[in-house]
Amino acid sequence: MRRLAVMLLGLLMLANVGAAEAAGPGGEGAPYPEVRPGRSFSFPADLGAHPTYRTEWWYATGWLEDETGQARGFQVTFFRVRSRIGEGSASRFAPSQLIIAHVALADAAQGRLLHAERSARAQPPLAGAEEGRTHAWIGDWRFSFEDGRYRAIARDPAFGIDLELHPEGAPLLNGEGGYSRKAPAPEHASYYYSRPQLRVAGEIIIAGERRTVKGHAWLDHEWSSQVMPAEAAGWDWVGLNLLDGGAVMAFQMRDRSGKPLWAAATVREVGGEAHRLPPQAVSFQPGRRWLSPRTGAEYPVEWSISLQLPGGRRRLDLRPLMDDQELDGRRSTGAVYWEGAVSVTQEDGTALGHGYLEMTGYANRPRL
Amino acid sequence: MSPVLPRIFLASLKRRRLASALSLLAIALGVALGLAVQLIHDAALGEFGRGIRQLAGGADLQVVGPRTGFDEQLYFQLAQRAEVAAASPVVEVDARMPGREGTLRILGIDVFRLAGIQPELMPSAEGNDTFATLRPDAVFLSAAARQELHESAGLMLQAGTTLQRLRVAGDIPGVAGQVLGVMDIAAAQERFGMLGRLTRIDLRLADGSNRAQATRALQPLLPAGVVLRPADAAAGEADLLSRAYRVNLTMLAAIALLTGGFLVFSSQFLSVVRRRREFAFLLALGMTRRSLMRGLLTEGAVLGLVGGAAGVGLAYGLAALAFRFVGADLGAGYFSGLRPALVFAPLASAAYLLLGVFAGVAGTWAPAAASLRIPVARGLHAGEGASEALVARARPGVAAGFLLAAFLLCQLPPWQGVPAGGYLAIACLLVTAVMLVPVASHGLTALLQPRRSPVLRLATARLAAAPGQAVVASAGVVASVALAVAMAIMVSSFRSSVDHWLDAVLPADLYVRASLGSGSGFLTPGDVARIAAVPGVASTDAVRADSVRLDAQRPAVTLIARAVHSGWGLPLVAGSLAYEGSGQPAWISEAVADLHQLSVGQPLELPLAGEPQRFMVAGIWRDYARQNGSVVIDRQCYIRLTGDERVNDLALRLAPAIEPGQVAAAIRERFDADTLEIAVPAKIRRITLAIFDRTFFITYLMEAVAVLIGLFGVATTFAALSTARRSEFGMLRHLGMTRADIARLLATEGAWTAGVGVVTGILAGLAVAWVLIEVVNRQSFHWSMDFHLPYLPVGAFGTGLVALAAAVAVLAGRRAMSHSAVRAVREDW
Repeated sequence: MRRLAVMLLGLLMLANVGAAEAAGPGGEGAPYPEVRPGRSFSFPADLGAHPTYRTEWWYATGWLEDETGQARGFQVTFFRVRSRIGEGSASRFAPSQLIIAHVALADAAQGRLLHAERSARAQPPLAGAEEGRTHAWIGDWRFSFEDGRYRAIARDPAFGIDLELHPEGAPLLNGEGGYSRKAPAPEHASYYYSRPQLRVAGEIIIAGERRTVKGHAWLDHEWSSQVMPAEAAGWDWVGLNLLDGGAVMAFQMRDRSGKPLWAAATVREVGGEAHRLPPQAVSFQPGRRWLSPRTGAEYPVEWSISLQLPGGRRRLDLRPLMDDQELDGRRSTGAVYWEGAVSVTQEDGTALGHGYLEMTGYANRPRL
Repeated sequence: MSPVLPRIFLASLKRRRLASALSLLAIALGVALGLAVQLIHDAALGEFGRGIRQLAGGADLQVVGPRTGFDEQLYFQLAQRAEVAAASPVVEVDARMPGREGTLRILGIDVFRLAGIQPELMPSAEGNDTFATLRPDAVFLSAAARQELHESAGLMLQAGTTLQRLRVAGDIPGVAGQVLGVMDIAAAQERFGMLGRLTRIDLRLADGSNRAQATRALQPLLPAGVVLRPADAAAGEADLLSRAYRVNLTMLAAIALLTGGFLVFSSQFLSVVRRRREFAFLLALGMTRRSLMRGLLTEGAVLGLVGGAAGVGLAYGLAALAFRFVGADLGAGYFSGLRPALVFAPLASAAYLLLGVFAGVAGTWAPAAASLRIPVARGLHAGEGASEALVARARPGVAAGFLLAAFLLCQLPPWQGVPAGGYLAIACLLVTAVMLVPVASHGLTALLQPRRSPVLRLATARLAAAPGQAVVASAGVVASVALAVAMAIMVSSFRSSVDHWLDAVLPADLYVRASLGSGSGFLTPGDVARIAAVPGVASTDAVRADSVRLDAQRPAVTLIARAVHSGWGLPLVAGSLAYEGSGQPAWISEAVADLHQLSVGQPLELPLAGEPQRFMVAGIWRDYARQNGSVVIDRQCYIRLTGDERVNDLALRLAPAIEPGQVAAAIRERFDADTLEIAVPAKIRRITLAIFDRTFFITYLMEAVAVLIGLFGVATTFAALSTARRSEFGMLRHLGMTRADIARLLATEGAWTAGVGVVTGILAGLAVAWVLIEVVNRQSFHWSMDFHLPYLPVGAFGTGLVALAAAVAVLAGRRAMSHSAVRAVREDW
């Protein structure tokens, strides 16, 4: 599950990042459809947008290596949000669908994240999210799927990315055939598939300098109407590409005392066999903590994740690329969370792979 | 200067308290009026400019079109251009609030586009609704709007003839001093009948493209009538528009200051005459003429400094009062929806303080210099009339030169929108008038020569013998009478022209309007049909108002689409209603003719619905309502070219013997409460003239002050003269004249002197009025008016002034007469 509309929402409303109802009051359009088990996914149609649902995102994260061998993390996301406002409006400016894009680079030389964001009302040709194929864009930022590969382009004055992401194999459905529960109550769920082990090639620009990069990435595509239960305070999520070709997605939803409300994982073995793990088979153990000098929030930047697989227990130790991968959106979006590149090792320190870790709800409760 | 000197000179100021006080008051008033006008307009313009900058934010360029907007497709084109880093679309509506005065400026904005360009406009919602800023019923108010509307919950706005209820959902923290509301652009489009249209696009250019290049590249994309201009251009337009009015008021203040200087002159003149022996004595004791002069000038400077300082203080008080009671535009309506704050302006304050000092020094210069030319020995020997030192020779040649200069200056075009030539011409006319005072005095004396009465003979002899005094006393009278009369003629001409104009433009029996031309109310063809169907309505004439931009540099011009024929009223000054030529006729207002150099028979290109359309100027009409100019075209032609069938105003002719009140009530019944303004011509006329009078209120006020200061001048001059003539009065008493005789003599002289001044002043006033009407007003506001002389008020004013001068002369002479005849004469020997 993921990272959020957090950002968006802050942008719409600079004040007030307190708790809020999942849906704003007085929505006008038809209600948001419920997410139920048993939906059959069909590709490529499901690569595109599902505009009747409240929130949807295409979320790509990964590790890049430039010509000199320096490793950096990247993240590029396009959110689509249905506001249920102005759906019957004849205006081309009707804000019924909103698009938010977010791009970040984790560069250890910078010591903190480079990030930029854009938001707009869906309003072709300026911004939108197409149905039937992956194509979300705001101005010249876009994330799309064409000719068998994804393309992510986002340029900011300070930095930019232009990447091709080549998928290998079919999309990996999470949860029960793509129905991914987030909490004990069945209505807190999303439709969710991942594309792990995307081979990445392209270039990044940092401080005006162009660098050719290659690496591996992870794509999540998830849509839902109601994800976070009222009692939840935040969540921790990882998407990991393993060196042997395997892939792991795991998350836990925490309550206000920090205890897990729900957890789940999807593990794809080298051969392509996938295991979907129930809450009791997934355990997140926080390790070393890092105190943000900016926000005062304390994040467990190291984790030990323990997965009860059919073949036995598996432990994954996470180490961040750098400690400070916090996104402080208090002055723009209002959201404060940690979203960063991590490497995975075995207990004995043997490298297992790379991935991304997301931690929300440590500074304030995200708005979903 | 030795420590004794301040005592000698400054103590003299203290000794003549009344004269010093009057001089101080005059300088203070002049400085106060001038500075107050400047402060008020600086604050208003500053706030206006801040508003423009705030609304433009970080925009480099702005796309603006007619009031009814342009096709939104342009936004989608521009937003995708490489030259454009960010584009922010705006739908601006002056929303009418039923049942309230005025309109509320509503900006329909895209919150997502604000961040990079106009962060100040970002609304802030109350409560924790995620989508608060996008909701179609949400409006966000600036602090000033909240204050003005006293609205915290709901707001009722009018679109067309329907009511739109909006919820006040929060504030606009970045906007303070402007009265405005912000809402989502989609809702604004839908609610105010602006679907598919935008009124403005703010552009921030991409790095590496400059304004000039971008303008060149983007210009071809713009439909006709839509212009690309620097984002701060609107501030310049407001400056230009109000400049003429501001200069007008500043000129009046300058006149007050000038009369203040004259008052110092006459009061110092008095004092120098009195202290002539004292000065001669000082000179005899070895004081240099230079330090004597310096001492006298210091006196003047101190008067100016104290008066100026008081004036500066007074100015801030006046400005604060004006903000509170009259408004930031001094009643002229240039800056509505502004709440400027008074700020301390150190430079302007210092400048006006210096002007005060300058007035004091300049006023002292002539009397000081004159008294110093007198030889010491004669000075010690009292009694020589110091005034004779001020030789006032009639110089008809020089006067004619000034007259000619005035005539030539009137031919000059305005300088940066200000009729500088006209103002200089007025100054020349005043100089001419003052120079002609000796001539007039001589002429009048000759006219009254064969008189029996010894008092009259004495008076005429005295005036003939001492024309210098006549000039001194009359000059102040001439200047203030000339200006008062000129202003009276101008205002009365203007008012009577407006009166006649209202007759011409309001020929119907009843007027129905959904809102002012710039407001959000309008009538649809269906509404018009409903009104036409009301029993008693014989015929209707629909008027549609929009704005068009004839070029990018000038403010938009009002476009009026209406029926021109069948007597619906268009007061032409040139051309004709019946257009015979080929092509589509347009009738332009005088402002358009002036500003765009157009005359009858010339082609005129009007951008309508994004397309340039060719019209022919069929006539020029007089329009007092729109200073930026207006163009009238036939409504059928307008509908054919634009497809816009909306209507702003409807003029109704009623069937015979139908009571307008009944028809108005019947119409009101058919529409929502307060959505229509229905008025009979008499009411519109009354309101218009009330606005007219309010606009001129400040002018009247300043004029009154100028005349008052002029009268102070007459009083102090006579006081000066009569003091100098103490011995003369004593002599006359010895010769057998009674005090009453001397009072009569003084009254006659006073009346005479004032009469000369008044007659010359009225003549000069006529000339100045002509310049005001034909040059200053024409160039400032671009409208003509018919000359109208208010005989009775001018006559009464002149007579009253003569009588007052006589009384003042007697009063001033009373002290001189009170000495015993013996002592008065002995003083001399």
